[in-house]
Amino acid sequence: MSTPAGPLVRIRPPGRWEALNLSALWRFRDLLWALALRDIKLRYRQTVLGVLWVVLQPLLGAGIFAFVFGRIAKLDSGGVPYVLFTYVGLLAWNLFSTTATKATTALVSNASLVSKVAFPRLLLPLSAAVSGLVDFAVGLAAGIILFAIAGWPPGLGLVVAPFWLVLLLLLALGGGLIAGALAVAYRDVVHVMPVALQLLLYASPVGYAISAIPEGWPRTLYQLNPLAAMIEGFRTGVLGTGASDVKTALYAAATAVVLFIAGLVFFRRRERQFADVI
Amino acid sequence: MSSELAISVRGVGKTFQIARPQARSTTLAELLISRLRRPLRADTATTDFEALRDVDFEVKRGTVLGIVGRNGAGKSTLLKILSQITPPTRGEIDLYGRVGSLLEVGTGFHPELTGRENIYLNGAILGMNRREIAREFDSIVAFAEIEEFLDTPVKRYSSGMYVRLAFAVAAHLRTEILIVDEVLAVGDLAFQRKCLGKMDEVAHQEGTTVLFVSHQLSTVRKLCTEALLLDRGSVVMQGGVEAVLARYLQINTEALVATTELPPGVANAPARARAVHTFNLGGEPSGQFLLGEPWRIRLDFEITSALTHVIAAAGLRSIDGTPLITWWSAPQDLASGQYSVEFLCEVPFSAGLLNFAIGISAHERSIYYVEGVGSVTISEVAVGEQPLRASGTGVLASTQRPPITPRASL
Repeated sequence: MSTPAGPLVRIRPPGRWEALNLSALWRFRDLLWALALRDIKLRYRQTVLGVLWVVLQPLLGAGIFAFVFGRIAKLDSGGVPYVLFTYVGLLAWNLFSTTATKATTALVSNASLVSKVAFPRLLLPLSAAVSGLVDFAVGLAAGIILFAIAGWPPGLGLVVAPFWLVLLLLLALGGGLIAGALAVAYRDVVHVMPVALQLLLYASPVGYAISAIPEGWPRTLYQLNPLAAMIEGFRTGVLGTGASDVKTALYAAATAVVLFIAGLVFFRRRERQFADVI
Repeated sequence: MSSELAISVRGVGKTFQIARPQARSTTLAELLISRLRRPLRADTATTDFEALRDVDFEVKRGTVLGIVGRNGAGKSTLLKILSQITPPTRGEIDLYGRVGSLLEVGTGFHPELTGRENIYLNGAILGMNRREIAREFDSIVAFAEIEEFLDTPVKRYSSGMYVRLAFAVAAHLRTEILIVDEVLAVGDLAFQRKCLGKMDEVAHQEGTTVLFVSHQLSTVRKLCTEALLLDRGSVVMQGGVEAVLARYLQINTEALVATTELPPGVANAPARARAVHTFNLGGEPSGQFLLGEPWRIRLDFEITSALTHVIAAAGLRSIDGTPLITWWSAPQDLASGQYSVEFLCEVPFSAGLLNFAIGISAHERSIYYVEGVGSVTISEVAVGEQPLRASGTGVLASTQRPPITPRASL
């Protein structure tokens, strides 16, 4: 019997460690866009205001934060109009929280796909990052108008903004990959996530600046949260109100990379069992 | 025909760990509590279920292999392993070519998206890139006959258009190996004929290797060049279609029992059927009846949360899936608990082997449905002295609407 040079695919029982299989990810790359596109289209279909919601949501949120932290608590924004200050913070925060939330529910909400179709499951949480980024881009465009209205020129630190964005995405995906893989077996995770994010929102410098935290050990403790450096770094860069020091930047980068890799490994180890459990 | 190998399956087994009822931890809290109580044993409350054991077979390129077997024989598990949706527990499989699979019609379709959008989305899900989809686009649209509705959300499609479109995308995958589960059952006759034609074309003109699962033996006969019989997770026989189908019918008859446990339905559904029992008018359990002999069928089911306007139904299907008769209970409001309903059955012709279709509905919405389960035979030997002789099929009407009665729980 003549056989081709060898099998194209050899299927074996799952081992403890699974390689990343980049070639499969590459073959299915169009699916990443297709899933993100579906997500974006569905979110605003049958809404009156459509894409406007991408802008309205952070704008309303920024307004509320500005009122609570700026007007009532009278916190210091370093001279920046408070709405602009919180809007920029929320842009970064929303990128993180949207990506983390969507990555967590990506598998569970596509259960029928997972149990009936073969494709690299990693694409489901990854597409969460894509739709998070699209929202971010629209929000940023609206932010430019807000800058003009406020009469505040963007800072030179804008050029390092992508660095912070990448870290935010890695951190969100790292957590989201672990939470998403766990949610396949334990749906509790889906319910815990919004609460955890709510907590994290107030523990991060979104509505206020890091300078509002007393110096000394409270600030050191506060900065254990890697989001603190990322959001503050992004905001001071974009607003041109300061620069981050290298130490906190390195700490944030290391945390994000480590969590992302841990997420990938954890996800891959469980990936092949998803269809049996979901 | 080429003699090149397309698929080689060696010693494949699949074991599922099935949690025993009550003791399964589906929330973290339950898991933590059970771990705290028994810190040394990881999960004590599972039993192993071997869905597949020592499966060995080879498929040569260009073969259209029909896979047959009773419900629970492991057909779907095998297809899922070959499609790389779920891994085997043991063994090894070599695939000499790209695999495309269609295990369910319409997976990944989104009702809010238009036909055009769904073609691109579904194509991507099945593994086509945008260029491949664009190339096949016109052909997909033509096959599905949806030209005028391309930009209409598919939720407004008729069910016929919907299944045609879903099948069309998968049929244009152009992989070397195509795996198709029992998906044709969802459409009407015209659709089935069309899909069979397409599969025939893909297999015989393009040399694609096709693995095809169906309960409809006439379809297997028409389409397949070879067949494989699975029973209780093992390969019983592989070979010529007629020989394998004959063996399949034999197994089915041997397995004739008066009681059939039914599979669970949709997860978390508020009702599920438990078992069907068949017995003669004397009350003796039996799976074989004489022509002209009335008999009884009892359906046991369970309601887990109170439902109103519940109707329990049982039907008979011929071995190739043709519906013959359906009996319905009178509608009733039910609290959670165990229930039964009994139907009086009179089938006026002999029939080699009949399967059941079992359903439970509330307010005309289906809650539980299985078909192709269990079996009875109506023999050619008639009851009494009169020369009854009738065989074949036909659709029978039923006028009885028996009440549902509570059943003492076990």
